[in-house]
Amino acid sequence: MKLLAIETATEACSAALFIDGEVEERFQVAPRDHARLILAMADDLLLDAGIAVRDLDGLAFGRGPGSFTGVRIATGVAQGIAFGADLPVVPVSTLATLAQGALMDLGAPRVAVALDARMGEVYWGAYMTRGDGIMVMAEEERVCAPEAVPSLKDGVWLGVGSGWGPYGDILHHCCRERLDGMVPDRYPAARDVAWLGVHGLRNGRAVAPERALPVYLRDNVAKKPGERNR
Amino acid sequence: MLVLGIETSCDETGLALYDSEAGLRAHVLHSQVAVHAEYGGVVPELASRDHVRKTLPLLRRLLDEAGVGPEAVGGVAYTAGPGLIGALLVGASIGRSLAWAWGVPAVAVHHMEGHLLAPMLEPDPPAFPFVALLVSGGHTQLVRVDGVGRYRILGESLDDAAGEAFDKTAKLLGLGYPGGPAVAREAERGDPGRFRFPRPMTDRPGLDFSFSGLKTFALNTLQEVGADAGSRADISRAFQDAVVDTLAIKCRRALQETGLQRLVIAGGVGANAALRERLADIAAGAGGRVYYPRPLFCTDNGAMIAYAGCVRLAAGQREPLAIEARARWPMESLEAP
Repeated sequence: MKLLAIETATEACSAALFIDGEVEERFQVAPRDHARLILAMADDLLLDAGIAVRDLDGLAFGRGPGSFTGVRIATGVAQGIAFGADLPVVPVSTLATLAQGALMDLGAPRVAVALDARMGEVYWGAYMTRGDGIMVMAEEERVCAPEAVPSLKDGVWLGVGSGWGPYGDILHHCCRERLDGMVPDRYPAARDVAWLGVHGLRNGRAVAPERALPVYLRDNVAKKPGERNR
Repeated sequence: MLVLGIETSCDETGLALYDSEAGLRAHVLHSQVAVHAEYGGVVPELASRDHVRKTLPLLRRLLDEAGVGPEAVGGVAYTAGPGLIGALLVGASIGRSLAWAWGVPAVAVHHMEGHLLAPMLEPDPPAFPFVALLVSGGHTQLVRVDGVGRYRILGESLDDAAGEAFDKTAKLLGLGYPGGPAVAREAERGDPGRFRFPRPMTDRPGLDFSFSGLKTFALNTLQEVGADAGSRADISRAFQDAVVDTLAIKCRRALQETGLQRLVIAGGVGANAALRERLADIAAGAGGRVYYPRPLFCTDNGAMIAYAGCVRLAAGQREPLAIEARARWPMESLEAP
């Protein structure tokens, strides 16, 4: 199987190419430069592997939550490539990607992901593995104040993601004795989008290009004139 | 060469296919007016969210309507600026990536160049050189056009764009959004003799505009006489007369100063019937005539982007493998392809 993955939801920009169990990646922390970099990264990976876009079996992209603009760049690129090369697309959660990275790099089987959502809130999700090397959702993703995250169940969890920086104390207090540590300084990476994407493609979770859409979690982004002073 | 054009710079998602030999093959448009109407203006984040939902479904419809498969497309053009950066990035991301996956060239198009060249989509296009009045919700500019990419700004608005003044005046008169058509409708019933608004900056030399004072004048008048239906119509009439008159005076001056005879009107306000009528007289007075795109192509659309992109692609212009969008992009920095 050959799958291309892209991820631009945070300050990091990355692309990865999965070919039959091997993953190559291009990764760069480059705030505000994602649009300029992402296609060149993808092109470079295909060139190195000696394959064309049409040789791919599928595409995966970081569908959010994260920076609205960043998530839309990944979505737009995924839509364009998938429509152009007639490929199925797997939308992959940014929070799941961070959890997958913690599993692969740190061996953490249970991960509580908090991504700084600004405005005093975090994007929150809890992920665990059933032993097959793939992280699955244990708790519905949400955007909420750090004080309001739901309590963690069963076992010991690792806190991962930028939300554990500014809100580490509050989140720690909410998670109490279930927390095993905090790793705020990790970015979602396309190689982990690729692993989750391959798993999704094999399990029938791919969609048509026009159904490849962002998940923002934060949806009340504008106020109508009558709501301003409430 | 068959070129796909994608426009997402503000609150319209527009796509079109233009063929260098056969002309315009098909165009589709989704307007977000309903999305933004209840907010009283365009909400950039909502605009971006809508573009990313609508672009591919519109692309499928476009290919269907043209009766061609994707393999027929030989190039992709997309609006890269100026405009709302988040909205621009949607069209640019999809457009540049499509071109990469199809293995065809891409070109980034300047939104205002698209508007300038929109009359070229009509059966009797103007020949170069000409004077263009670009008049929309975001821009009011007089431009000397000597060819594709050869633009000199003769004058522009120092504050509000003419369309913005229409929107703001409509809002304070309680006429809703978008304001241009609403004010024009009211103005038809209005008494032209009851109020007289100033013609800003017409009493001094130069081709620059200023429209922000007119909405203040409208507000003061409204507070003086009250907001009954008759006064709303009369204020709309006086406001529209002042905008049309001001634009007409500057257009006549621009034709005189350049010695040119052809006048092109583009941009959303160019759909205003009173403006069209008045500028036809001005151009005739200069021994020339006025050219406009059909009303549908006065406002934002994909056809003008496909056309401008086709001209530039045919001349060999190519975009590197990077997605670029710019909120600001001076038109005079463009070059001939």
